[in-house]
Amino acid sequence: MTDLLALDFMRQALLAALLAGFAAPLVGVFLVQRRMSLIGDGMGHVALAGVAVGVLTGQAPVLTALAAAVAAAVAIELIRASGRTSGDTALAVMFYGGIALGVVLIARSSAGTPANLTGYLFGAILTTSTTDIAVFAALAAVVLATTLLLRPRFFAVANDEEYARAVGIPVLGYNVLLAVLTAVTVVVSMRVVGLLLISALMILPNATSQLFARSFRSAMWWAVVIGVLCSVGGVVVSYSAETPSGGTIVLLAVGAFLLASTVTALGTRVRSAAHDRAERHDHEHGPDCGHPALGHEGHVDYLHDGHRHAAHEGHYDEHGQHTTVERR
Amino acid sequence: MHLSDPPLMRLRSASFGYADRVVVSGIDLDIHRGEVVALLGPNGSGKSTLVRGILGLTTQQGGEVQLFGRPRERFTEHTRIGYVPQRHSLSASVRATVTEIVEVGRLPHRPWWRPTSSEDRAIVRRAIEDVGLADRAREEVASLSGGQQRRVLIARALAGEPEVLVMDEPTAGVDRASQEALAGVLRRLVDRGTSMLVVTHELAALERVVSRIVCLDAGHVDFDGSAAAYAAHVAGHAAGSGHHHPDDVTPRRGHVIGAAPLDPAPREVAP
Repeated sequence: MTDLLALDFMRQALLAALLAGFAAPLVGVFLVQRRMSLIGDGMGHVALAGVAVGVLTGQAPVLTALAAAVAAAVAIELIRASGRTSGDTALAVMFYGGIALGVVLIARSSAGTPANLTGYLFGAILTTSTTDIAVFAALAAVVLATTLLLRPRFFAVANDEEYARAVGIPVLGYNVLLAVLTAVTVVVSMRVVGLLLISALMILPNATSQLFARSFRSAMWWAVVIGVLCSVGGVVVSYSAETPSGGTIVLLAVGAFLLASTVTALGTRVRSAAHDRAERHDHEHGPDCGHPALGHEGHVDYLHDGHRHAAHEGHYDEHGQHTTVERR
Repeated sequence: MHLSDPPLMRLRSASFGYADRVVVSGIDLDIHRGEVVALLGPNGSGKSTLVRGILGLTTQQGGEVQLFGRPRERFTEHTRIGYVPQRHSLSASVRATVTEIVEVGRLPHRPWWRPTSSEDRAIVRRAIEDVGLADRAREEVASLSGGQQRRVLIARALAGEPEVLVMDEPTAGVDRASQEALAGVLRRLVDRGTSMLVVTHELAALERVVSRIVCLDAGHVDFDGSAAAYAAHVAGHAAGSGHHHPDDVTPRRGHVIGAAPLDPAPREVAP
């Protein structure tokens, strides 16, 4: 690891991976919550057109990509808010138009080589310039600060738009802002994972943490941990295995997801084999239901006709006959 | 109750709908502090459209709506109204605990840059206690029953410390054990003097809390009066013509849920 860090370009690559791995899942959790997991993919497509314009006109591709992705983000939210049924096809036209335009323009530009295009599509972290890294760092800082500060409101809007609207939260404003943050994240992660794989880093760590976390908060932070481990780990592996960074990172994230689903599936099996349901239960236990509440291994049992009942999902578990011995 | 207070809600020949379709029209309604109003009516009579219109969620197409004495367009003190939307379940796309959902109810009380205060946390805790879910506060909402989820939504509204609760079908699709717990929660709130406007299908579950009944039919108010007067009104209709309110004439419809076209499939009650 220390010899990796001694290399200048490797330090930059790891820093970029760290930023992308942190920011992408943080924004992605709200996309998962809003069931828009694939929207980052579409923004990546449009960003490619931005990159191509940059390459063609000699502007910095990062900035033109940013402009294209942000414009796409605003358009997506406005189209969604209009609620038209044709909105879905309008998005398809925009996304495929974006990637097609990108491919054509890059091929027409003198600097455009197939290798160059592949770098943008699948990630080419090792060829990223110092200026780019500085821009990425600044953008990532903005994404992190905004997302963390506005987390409760993004959560409220994504969780129940109607309620948010009724209590006067500017729903459209937050949705557009989230889309813009997504666009910025797409550009920040562009060189690390590539425009075609970008969505994976936003969604997969969240899909993984959703398997085992017990609250929104913990799921979000676990996703960040997984995202950072996969992106930094992916860059390290890609250097030693000489594989493209984007694909390597995403394969690690897929691996993490498969591992977590296997482990949680086994865990559920073991637990469900080990627990009994109480008999048909029309009564709901609660702090003032009249049944004595008893502490039992970190949860609350209610003493119901001599049996211990513990709430579990939509039913009650039978935790056995209550003996007075423990009470003394 | 101060007689000089403007009504909590005042509607004058108000109409509401979606885009260019009018669903309810000619509504005149005053709701005063301390009242518990049940809004009844068959499916499609426009109950939800009406309450959502009062909140600004459906398009107001005419007439006048005043909230706390101010025209709705200029009403900004959203926290004075606690809205409990009609939901058969909370979004299950990501995990969230009861506390996390109820905390949302505090958001309108503070600017976007201010973090949760300890006072916010205390109010959230109290709201969860008020709906009898203190023992499940840290659990995921998806693991709760339909009725418990409905109480989470009520707790979220209570966390906003509203002066009036507006509830859309709080008892629909809820199994019986949960319905009783829910009715208990509502009774406690009423005893405390909370005003309410409750859209409902099943008067039976709320019988003991309701002080006034407004009945909608085909987009118009067709009854407005006390519970006793309503019983007489229904009896009169049932004897007189084919026009009746099936929800309430049929005795003890009770917990038969899932019979109406827009209701969820009958809930499986865990054995």
